[in-house]
Amino acid sequence: MKKIFLILVLNIFVISNAFALIEIDITRGNLDPLPIAVSPLHVDVKSENYEGIKIKELGEDISKIIEDNFRNTGLFNPLKKEAFVQKPDITHLKPRFEDWRLIKAQALVSGKLLITDQKLKVEFRLWDLAAAKEMTALAFTTTPSNWRRVAHIISDKIYERLTGEEGYFDTRIIYVAESGPKEQRVKKLAIMDQDGANTKYLTLGNELVLTPRFNPTNQMVTYMSYFRNMPRVYLLDIETGTQEVVGNFPGMTFAPRFSPDGKKIVMSFAKDGNSDIYTMDLDSRVVERITDHSSIDTSPSFSPDGKFIAFNSDRSGLQQIYVMRSDGSGVKRITFGNGIYGTPVWSPRGDLIAFTKMRKGRFYIGVMRIDGSGERLLTENYYQEAPSWSPNGRVLVFYRETKSGSKGEGFSAKLWSIDITGYNERRLNTKSDASDPSWSSLLSK
Amino acid sequence: MMFNKNLKNILLVIFATLILSACSTAKKSGNVDGDVYTGKETVKFLASGVPDRVFFATNKSSLTTAARETLRKQATYLRKNKNLNVTIEGHADERGTREYNLALGERRANAARDYLMTYGISGNRIAVISYGKEKPVNPAGTPLAWSQNRRSVTVKVN
Repeated sequence: MKKIFLILVLNIFVISNAFALIEIDITRGNLDPLPIAVSPLHVDVKSENYEGIKIKELGEDISKIIEDNFRNTGLFNPLKKEAFVQKPDITHLKPRFEDWRLIKAQALVSGKLLITDQKLKVEFRLWDLAAAKEMTALAFTTTPSNWRRVAHIISDKIYERLTGEEGYFDTRIIYVAESGPKEQRVKKLAIMDQDGANTKYLTLGNELVLTPRFNPTNQMVTYMSYFRNMPRVYLLDIETGTQEVVGNFPGMTFAPRFSPDGKKIVMSFAKDGNSDIYTMDLDSRVVERITDHSSIDTSPSFSPDGKFIAFNSDRSGLQQIYVMRSDGSGVKRITFGNGIYGTPVWSPRGDLIAFTKMRKGRFYIGVMRIDGSGERLLTENYYQEAPSWSPNGRVLVFYRETKSGSKGEGFSAKLWSIDITGYNERRLNTKSDASDPSWSSLLSK
Repeated sequence: MMFNKNLKNILLVIFATLILSACSTAKKSGNVDGDVYTGKETVKFLASGVPDRVFFATNKSSLTTAARETLRKQATYLRKNKNLNVTIEGHADERGTREYNLALGERRANAARDYLMTYGISGNRIAVISYGKEKPVNPAGTPLAWSQNRRSVTVKVN
């Protein structure tokens, strides 16, 4: 995949935070989403044509992506453009605050763009309408083909300014694209932008592939493949397409995940009916055995400081979640609720562990504190599992399988996301059936 | 009258017995004992009288009496066909997380392999592979389908 350039040219204005401006209370759900007006970006008449881009519609297209991003958070209510009271160019220079307040907008986004010399120059401003003040502004230059990313970066900046949290729009999701009947499912690695655009397939579907996971520090991916009927963990560079088997294990390796510094892979290795947890250092290639127990130990996930590993094990009889130091010492069971627990995934903020819970034939996605207390079940269904965190620790993406008939007709697998408050559950747009999602870190930081 | 009432009671008892036996027949013809599949519907044969697969209880990899009987037949067959190698595929039902099921399938396949080895079949002749829940034989969302999918299957490789 082509390396994407993004040059931040200048930070036009640094806004003082002396006034208490609008802000969003994100500790609750979407009970009261903030009304926001996203004016189409004004397209400079001097703009030149660029291959594959409809320049006249570009301002509108970018604002549409920003609106969709905001709407999908559940925290914002983007207002209809028909109600807008000023033209984009004038709005961007100096909005008539009282007029925008009349349509009940509390925040306004304006901007302009210019394509010249094969470069896209964009600037935007975020206005607080009640205080009649500019809150933030930014200008940058990039290659015109990156225009969707421009929309995501603007969304991230506004989200950060209004919520005080890092955004998660300029990100991608890697997943397994599925097709065919359940008995002969064809699975391919696929990657898309967080909003479902730019889907690309990374494997052809000739062999079974499972559980891709992003390196949190770069665009490397680890996943499991049945290439040549040898189920093994692989390392894939999605920019060059090169890949290699991780380690030299005489049996199945599976359930891979990167350490938070991106330098190790933690995974399970199954031998003679027993699965234990191992790590491999990607530079030195040193393999370490982390657990040594006759039970099934799998689905390991590092804490963001790298000091602990959460995993699931059936050493107590059924699957439960355990936490240990990353050298394997101090193993402690943390789940004692009614049911079976699996797939612990440590939040990038470090304070929560997301998990899958199975109870009385139903599947739940939930979060709990890292000592197992404060369990909150966010969503329940026939079958769903494998939560993955947005890089800001705010949203979980997971997959859900459904059937329309008891004989297995209408089988379908889709990606869903939910806010950690339990609000705003929604299905992600994927080109095909999908499972095993993993959310990337922010592409530009 | 008395006779009639007695007759009525007797008829009720007979009727109830019929229902009960119908139930137990239904359970048997449903081919599930506990939650282990005991039927023949999905079973193929390595050779005449040698079933290719054994079934497991939910989250379990222990071999049932029926599973041991099947594996003894496979061992006899493998002893007679000394040049034959096999792969045992371990499978799980869809009611578990993907990664745990991969491990569970591996554990089931090895349980079958270990049993064949106690009957003198060399471990070199038996490879194992786990497919977890990735290759169900029955896609339905029913306890019967799940029981058919919790299996290890012995497959000839040459």
